Amino acid sequence: MANTQSMATSFLGELMTATHNFGASPIRAASTADTFKAALYLASATVNAATTVYSTTGEVTGTNYTAGGVTVTNATAPTSTNSSSTAGVGYWTPSASFVYTTVTLSTAFDAVLVYNSTQSNKAVSVHTFGSQTITAGTFTLTMPSNTTTTALLRLATT
Amino acid sequence: MIVTTTKGDMDDSLLEKREGTVDNENELTTWVEYWLGEELVHRSAHVTLKKMPNFAGGDTASF
Repeated sequence: MANTQSMATSFLGELMTATHNFGASPIRAASTADTFKAALYLASATVNAATTVYSTTGEVTGTNYTAGGVTVTNATAPTSTNSSSTAGVGYWTPSASFVYTTVTLSTAFDAVLVYNSTQSNKAVSVHTFGSQTITAGTFTLTMPSNTTTTALLRLATT
Repeated sequence: MIVTTTKGDMDDSLLEKREGTVDNENELTTWVEYWLGEELVHRSAHVTLKKMPNFAGGDTASF
């Protein structure tokens, strides 16, 4: 046997469940999963890696769309998988599509911000797609497969 | 089939239906529109994300 320098792959998954704390942690009211939400943003907006928190600036507005977006269905906990003795990936994907029902969103939008509404609306990730408008219809955003290479959120070592 | 439109529920026999698809490495998108004459009265879209894209040549969340 030989030892191999590496970050524990299990740690990657545990980061997504706040198992480890290297600094000042938020005060949690419960040990259950937080509530995450998904808000749509105009094509003219600026949401990106520098976005730290949900904001109504640049968010879509329209009939039957509620500011803040929809609640993310989270029925599958994050997991982690080794890809080698030195590498692995922790990953998570919402367990249902984001559905905005019977809305009218007349100004083009092309991004969704996933954020943590339990923890002061802190940003998680931004995902872009081809620009859309919706007229008295439904916008459905279906998630990628929850795998090590396609999951919506992936923390990987190489 | 009844379609929800900007003018209320309408039978699709009264409307012109237009459909489209976008398929690339990032997404598979389908959309459907219903037109009443020259007026768009319904548009729905379904975007399926295929994977989180890479930025700057690397995984988005590697360290």
